[in-house]
Amino acid sequence: MMDTKRTTFNNKLLPYLLLAPQLIITLVFFIWPAAQAVKSSVEREDPFGFSTVFVGLTHYKRLLADPNYLDSLLRTGVFAVAVTLLSMGLGLAFAAAVDRLARTSRIYTTLLVWPYAVAPVIAGVLWWFLFNTSTGIMPYFLSQFGIKWDHDLNGTHAMILIIIAAAWKQVSYNFLFFLAGLQSVPHALMEAGAIDGAGPVKRFFTIALPLLSPTTFFLFIINVNYAMFDTFPIVDATTSGGPAQSTNILVYKVYQDGFIGLNLGSSSAQSVLLMLIVMVLTFVQFRYVERRVQY
Amino acid sequence: MMKKLVLAAAAVALSATTSLAATEVTWWHAMGGELGKKLEEVAQKFNESQSEYKVVPTYKGTYPETLNAAIAAFRAKQQPAIVQVFEVGTGTMMAAKGAVYPVYKLMADQGEAFDTKSFLTPVTGYYSDTEGNILSLPFNSSTPIMYYNKDVFKKAGLDPEVAPKTWKEVEEFSKKIVTSGAAKCGFTSAWITWVQTENLSAIHDKPFGSLENGFGGFDTKFEFNGDLQVKHWANLKKWQDEGLFKYGGPVGGDQAATMFYAQECAITMNSSAGRAGVINNAKNFTPGFAPLPYYDDETKEPKNSIIGGATLWVLNGKDDATYKGVAKFFSYLSKPEVQADWHQFTGYLPITNAAYELGQSQGYYAKNPGADVSIKQIMRGTPTANSKGVRFGNFAQVRTVVDEEFQSLLSGKKDAKQALDAAVERGNTILREFQAAN
Repeated sequence: MMDTKRTTFNNKLLPYLLLAPQLIITLVFFIWPAAQAVKSSVEREDPFGFSTVFVGLTHYKRLLADPNYLDSLLRTGVFAVAVTLLSMGLGLAFAAAVDRLARTSRIYTTLLVWPYAVAPVIAGVLWWFLFNTSTGIMPYFLSQFGIKWDHDLNGTHAMILIIIAAAWKQVSYNFLFFLAGLQSVPHALMEAGAIDGAGPVKRFFTIALPLLSPTTFFLFIINVNYAMFDTFPIVDATTSGGPAQSTNILVYKVYQDGFIGLNLGSSSAQSVLLMLIVMVLTFVQFRYVERRVQY
Repeated sequence: MMKKLVLAAAAVALSATTSLAATEVTWWHAMGGELGKKLEEVAQKFNESQSEYKVVPTYKGTYPETLNAAIAAFRAKQQPAIVQVFEVGTGTMMAAKGAVYPVYKLMADQGEAFDTKSFLTPVTGYYSDTEGNILSLPFNSSTPIMYYNKDVFKKAGLDPEVAPKTWKEVEEFSKKIVTSGAAKCGFTSAWITWVQTENLSAIHDKPFGSLENGFGGFDTKFEFNGDLQVKHWANLKKWQDEGLFKYGGPVGGDQAATMFYAQECAITMNSSAGRAGVINNAKNFTPGFAPLPYYDDETKEPKNSIIGGATLWVLNGKDDATYKGVAKFFSYLSKPEVQADWHQFTGYLPITNAAYELGQSQGYYAKNPGADVSIKQIMRGTPTANSKGVRFGNFAQVRTVVDEEFQSLLSGKKDAKQALDAAVERGNTILREFQAAN
């Protein structure tokens, strides 16, 4: 580990003062809304807030017995895993390719980072255009292979569409981190491998990849969180959760039930459950996956 | 994101404090594009007509977004004086008794003349309580009609001046259109829930829900899984399989308009407020306008169709001077010339009889054939309990459910009966939730 220098404060108040801005932001923008969500998840309230009744765990019980909610849970799992695998796989592939370039690597890096600058909703609209059933180029292209693309009615097509759109946006991010990771792999190790007769592929898988494991672990957490929380605009701009709820992932369902349906109690209960899921996932990742990661 | 919101809020607060001597009346609305410009023009003309009050319209996004913004603002005590709420939000607004200042009461309190009878009955019926009091001011009301492509009809060997009257004719015409290659699909439709379910029920005088389609109270149940609706949904699925019908997408079904403009589909069914869009986009063909089709083996005399669109609700918690301004503004909005201008520009229905008569005397309907199809359709016959309208709490959520079940039908996961039964069952759960909360 790094050698850290210990700083001591003479004034007892100063450390708290220095921490205050961050603490206030965390309290106001994270803890307080989360507490509000927990509170309204055990209440039933009309939209305007005239009558509020404490209903205990009714919303939770109803959700866990609702086949639509359980379906949404399953879909979110499929979606998160697919987005994470696809965006990390592509990010790593691009990083490995660019890492081998000597002169043009800067150009490729710049180009590959571009999608990250695109706002999620624009990314959604972009892919929605490309896959538009009546005017898009992709359905036309696919029809040459006898595939009738119809994400308005075909749930599988709709799911593929949001996975592609969500993963596309995240590839840049993964690419950057993987590239930085690859560039910090000591040359001596690679050269030693080469002298021992390992080819580039073998060197990549036996030397670079294990050394990348902290980066991979970090990106894994980031990507799962991204897929669970930040993909709302993409779903909203492409499928709006349809057809027949086949792309209604948890974070979108929270919005639909709360903001479209004005069912605040159930929507809050859903967001609390979503929060718990991510907390458990992160815990599991740190507790069990991290052990196998070499820093 | 949060930062931007705070900045925006600060900007709003600042602009509010710099108001002039005139009393400001805030008006949140959901009209984007051309309609939004026209709306702002209406407000501006009112402001120019007098100096005491200043109506400030603010665009708040889509209908659901506007409703949500108003609710959030009300909870934070920052509500606008007037908010435009779409027809599916009516149940929610009516239940929120403490938040709403009923329009009939406002006008009476402020001593403004307000004659319920001067409005078109089907329009006011939708927005009145059981005693016949108008709770919100009808502003932009529309009803679905049929649009068809006269050039494609000609190509298919059909008379371009004769639109299909019944669903049987829609089927026959569509077959001719598709087999002759005049167009790829016979017909499409926007708003499956509103047009092909709610309006279908009303036109055939069949209930959509119990207790007079929800007008009678919160203890209502959906009943739109009757024989007629099942038959119609089954037909739509059959026609889809035969290539006669094409699905336009969920909620508003935006693809329907696109397919109609691109001459892919020869017929579409959409809100009468789509008229301006059709005229603007029908560059290479002549559009025709006709009433919605019906099943002639179910009824010989189709009832009036029901309306959609939005009304203006007044929110509680403002001072008397503001309400005085609101009342004056509402009187202005109800003027025949203001109404007629808005109706003729947008394709929304004229709200008052006087506005309709003004249009007639101006010769507007003679010059613009088809512009009165919507009016005639909502005025035909006497409205019954089944054709008065629909009023349910959390109805936006129910519409989503109906859309989803329709998709299950089209993708072959369920048959028409199963899909409608499921929609009714899921819809009833939502109604019970609403009933419990209110």
